[in-house]
Amino acid sequence: MMEFIRKNKLLTFALGFVAIQVLLAIFAPVVALHDPYAQVMVERMKGPNLTNWLGTDQLGRDVLARILFGYQVSLMTCVTAVGLALVAGGTLGMLAAFYGGWLDRVLMRVMDVLFAFPIMLLAIGVIAVLGPNVWSAAIAIAIVYTPIFARLLRGPALVICESEYVMGARAIGASDGRIVFLHLLPNLASVILVQTSLLLSAAILVEASLSFLGLGAQPPVPSLGLMLSEGRNFLLLSPWPAIFAGFAILFLSFGFNLLGDALRDTLDPRLKNAS
Amino acid sequence: MSSRFLVTRLIDLAVVLFGVSIVVFLMIRLIPGDAVAIMLGANTEITPERIAELERRVGLDQPILIQYFNWFTGLFRGDLGTSIWTGRPVAAEIAANIWPTFELTFLSVLVGAGLSIPLGAFMAQARGKGAEVAVRIGAIAGLTIPSFWLGIVSIFLLSKLLPGFSALGYVPFTEDPLGNLQRMILPVIALSLPMLANLSRLVRSAMLDALGQDYIRTAKAKGASKRRLVYRHAMRNALIPFITSVGVATGYLLGGAIVVEQVFAIPGLGRLVLGAIAERNYPLVQATILVMTSAFVIVNFLVDLLYAVIDPRVSRR
Repeated sequence: MMEFIRKNKLLTFALGFVAIQVLLAIFAPVVALHDPYAQVMVERMKGPNLTNWLGTDQLGRDVLARILFGYQVSLMTCVTAVGLALVAGGTLGMLAAFYGGWLDRVLMRVMDVLFAFPIMLLAIGVIAVLGPNVWSAAIAIAIVYTPIFARLLRGPALVICESEYVMGARAIGASDGRIVFLHLLPNLASVILVQTSLLLSAAILVEASLSFLGLGAQPPVPSLGLMLSEGRNFLLLSPWPAIFAGFAILFLSFGFNLLGDALRDTLDPRLKNAS
Repeated sequence: MSSRFLVTRLIDLAVVLFGVSIVVFLMIRLIPGDAVAIMLGANTEITPERIAELERRVGLDQPILIQYFNWFTGLFRGDLGTSIWTGRPVAAEIAANIWPTFELTFLSVLVGAGLSIPLGAFMAQARGKGAEVAVRIGAIAGLTIPSFWLGIVSIFLLSKLLPGFSALGYVPFTEDPLGNLQRMILPVIALSLPMLANLSRLVRSAMLDALGQDYIRTAKAKGASKRRLVYRHAMRNALIPFITSVGVATGYLLGGAIVVEQVFAIPGLGRLVLGAIAERNYPLVQATILVMTSAFVIVNFLVDLLYAVIDPRVSRR
């Protein structure tokens, strides 16, 4: 354990940084000292003080409590979205690599088309269709990240499919399923882990942008992006909600990005300077 | 550049644009429930006549293939559809809002890509453990600072420090060049920072790669100055991955521009599309997404061609 920490300082730090935030989000109902929805009008727009550590917003709600619950909303949306994208994109990418031929060509062409849309624009389009709410945002992010996962996994999967040990397995009569689950997936695990972490970091920013634009979580749900857009209207009177909400988004996204970066070093030193 | 390369790329371009048009076309047809009733909205009384009238206007009363054919051929005549509420051609509304977005994106690419070269070259020369960590943390921070938050904080700080500075809104360059550029400073900084972080790290690692090559050692042995080594010999080769990334980053900037426009009250395509979503003006949403995505696809096509000009090996593959 100590040996691991000494050897992987960055990874340990990143893991700790992410773990603290995830735990705060999960245990938000226990940790938060105030109800994120409770409005105390006489305590509106207060700066940080002893009762409200990070101050209050324009409706007198506790900023810290809203940030903790905002973490929950943000993480739930992004983990769902990136999870869906990983399953969908990963399956498509591996199918394309495994079977090759016309299936590969058709699938990758479809992915190319989805890939051609700027991320935010495709997400906005999906939300225009589904209507603005948290779940639309999650689905939008999932759709946007599906082609990214498909592309990311197809390449390494292709290399593995053509490797000697897979050919060997085939030669002794292993079924497709056995090859995929026993040979392909375990060898892709490190790529998947690294990319999931990096894409989660990016998804957190996309989710925050969407709810900032009013296309994600709707008031009065405590959402980090929404806190920023509401805080912006009262910026000159009380900058605290906007400033703290921004730091929250930054820390969350930064944590996952650092984690992905550190994982890449640890799991696959060859990839250190790639991408 | 071989003509075969050009033809392959042109076919790719056509296929992707065709696919994009199908996705955008299907958007309006995928709306759950009765899209037309939703478009009519809560303000008007929904009668079967009204629905039929709007269906006819949007063209939803015909078989889907005919609808697509009419819409697609319309695109070539510059007909992007008709705005549901104003009845004006969507193309006119887009034309009225395209310049601020274009200017914002263009300046941000210029600043982000332009500064990343000297910054990356500088970072490549700073070696050692401390420098490595600083570069890494700086790059990740640049990528993960939300640009809209940076915008908001900079507006706040500026309003405290320089109360007279007008940072919000947009004036056309032709009317007031100084006012235009003044209002562009903060949005461009907010928008180009992630690109700068990403690209300067890329330039740094490409430079380090290039500086380790034999031809650099040879040039050094022949007495080339350090400056000449970095900018003349290493840079040429470091530029190749850099240019591809600039193309990809343009898409990010187009998306980011939507958010930054909202922060700085810039009347561009972002505001147009958000307003259109709020009032369920689907033809306008469709057309804006189509125009911005096509611009992105074409930029990447041009980048591909440029790539082949700089590195002739590419087009021979």
